[in-house]
Amino acid sequence: MTDLTRRTAAELADAIHSRATTATEATRAHLDRIAAVDGAVHAFLHVDTEGALAAAAAVDAALDAGEPPASPLAGVPLALKDVFTTVDMPTTCGSRILAGWRPPYDATVVRRLRAAGVVILGKTNMDEFAMGSSTENSAYGPTRNPWDTDRIPGGSGGGSAAALAAFEAPLAIGTDTGGSIRQPGSVTGTVGVKPTYGGVSRYGLVAFSSSLDQGGPCARTVLDAALLHEVIGGHDPLDSTSIDAPVPPVVAAARAGASGDLAGVRVGVVTELSGEGYQPGVLRAFEAAVEQLRALGAEVLEVSCPSFDYALPAYYLIAPSECSSNLARFDAMRYGLRVGDDSTRSAEEVMALTREAGFGAEVKRRIMIGTYALSSGYYDAYYGQAQKVRTLITRDFAAAFERVDVLVSPTTPTTAFPIGERTDDPMAMYLADLCTVPSNLAGNAALSVPCGVSEDDGLPVGLQVMSPTLADDRGYRVAAAYEAARVTATGHTVISSVPQLEVAAR
Amino acid sequence: MPTISRTEVAHLARLARLAVTDSELDVFAGQLDVILTSVARVGEVAAQDIPPTSHAVPLTNVFREDVVRPGLSQQQALAGAPWAEDGRFRVPRILDDPDDRTNMGPERS
Repeated sequence: MTDLTRRTAAELADAIHSRATTATEATRAHLDRIAAVDGAVHAFLHVDTEGALAAAAAVDAALDAGEPPASPLAGVPLALKDVFTTVDMPTTCGSRILAGWRPPYDATVVRRLRAAGVVILGKTNMDEFAMGSSTENSAYGPTRNPWDTDRIPGGSGGGSAAALAAFEAPLAIGTDTGGSIRQPGSVTGTVGVKPTYGGVSRYGLVAFSSSLDQGGPCARTVLDAALLHEVIGGHDPLDSTSIDAPVPPVVAAARAGASGDLAGVRVGVVTELSGEGYQPGVLRAFEAAVEQLRALGAEVLEVSCPSFDYALPAYYLIAPSECSSNLARFDAMRYGLRVGDDSTRSAEEVMALTREAGFGAEVKRRIMIGTYALSSGYYDAYYGQAQKVRTLITRDFAAAFERVDVLVSPTTPTTAFPIGERTDDPMAMYLADLCTVPSNLAGNAALSVPCGVSEDDGLPVGLQVMSPTLADDRGYRVAAAYEAARVTATGHTVISSVPQLEVAAR
Repeated sequence: MPTISRTEVAHLARLARLAVTDSELDVFAGQLDVILTSVARVGEVAAQDIPPTSHAVPLTNVFREDVVRPGLSQQQALAGAPWAEDGRFRVPRILDDPDDRTNMGPERS
């Protein structure tokens, strides 16, 4: 295929490093694609044409001079979620309160991408401060799902996932606090990985819920996600929660998995993540995927994790509590929006007016819920209890991983829902995170890999694979084996079924 | 369990420094009530003998080497300021009207 935007990141890197093409050509092809389709998709909040071409030119110059590639992904373009600080691009977090903000420093993830020669195309749309499951909470308008532009691309990282599904970028970075990488991956037919908490530095990741936030790779194939994982992962002294241990061998695991043998691998199907509330077509695609794993030699057993039933309520107490504290930094004093400063109002009044004008409804709701849950009369009943649930969920995982190597479930209970369907019903929106939040609460690794389309609506479904803490490689192995077997069985990848987007006249 | 009143939401908004409007109060009161009623289910879990978990990977006393490294310049630090003056952040007054010394507390009701 000659179209550079249709290639995987690994193929593109090979072509660039062998000089069959150049980083500049690859970057230009993706910038052209963004210009052609992003009007319909709105995956990007900011496109850095000049910066991307300059970064690509630097990679080309080094390769032309005979230097080895800076990394296996040198020269490959990437879409960056707008929650990571960048000195050369605005960082808005999808919020009005940070409109046009230019951070004075780069996030560690950004520094590593640049050092690896990865070309950052621009910043992607997201639910405000990563709070949401549909990208409708962005102050800059929703992102549309390339599978059906009347539907949501998931969230909060809908922009990153949509950029992949629209072939605007072969790689993207997301963050996953309650499923914000995996759920968008699921509903756009792409791969999304939440590494073990502490596996990827949070330095320069604008904090929403510090004990849950985790950056991670997004791609169209498992191998591409693994290659990106190894670029961004690893210990960072600037993040005190960063794990001081080697990055799990995820690339080797993805390559080993693709050879297609899961003999001896024990796979647990989580009893609690199924049944009522799940779309029938999603369950059917999930069951077919489990059959596929069995056919690959995996031993499949059902595993009960009873405390998972309390994961969603615990999550929706812990995350808002941490958010109410973290977002107190937006006080209209040192950076960001300030409104109402008429020289008579007090700092406190200006702060309240600014936050009222700068935050959207979901952010306000969560700040108030967190404020409530942390207040003295309610602390024990809400936040305290939620932290105990967190312990129980971690114990459920530990018990399950005594019996199995990985756990599987659907990534999210439904396929992509129509834009607007759940915006007035926060609880309905929260249900999208039902299957993903347990791994955030326990901190273990989890990913979503496409497992076909739902027979009831033709939209993509995700298979979630959960692995123990610091055993991220297990998920990659299982997902890569499944991905390869699915292609062999059906003759095509899930993403190859995405409808053609209308290309804007240039 | 919780029925959260409009007045309580107004109080929460004040604590959270959000100057919410009257119409927002109506919407939020209903929504927060639904959400808090739903999440109150965590109370069903028996509380005895279960230690709380605050972090997935507990780490304590994390230090890095005590070496000098460059911080932000004054110009960088002020680059995003809504209002800077004489190399400093200019902020609105932090105390109430000096003529009204009876009302200097941080909290206003």
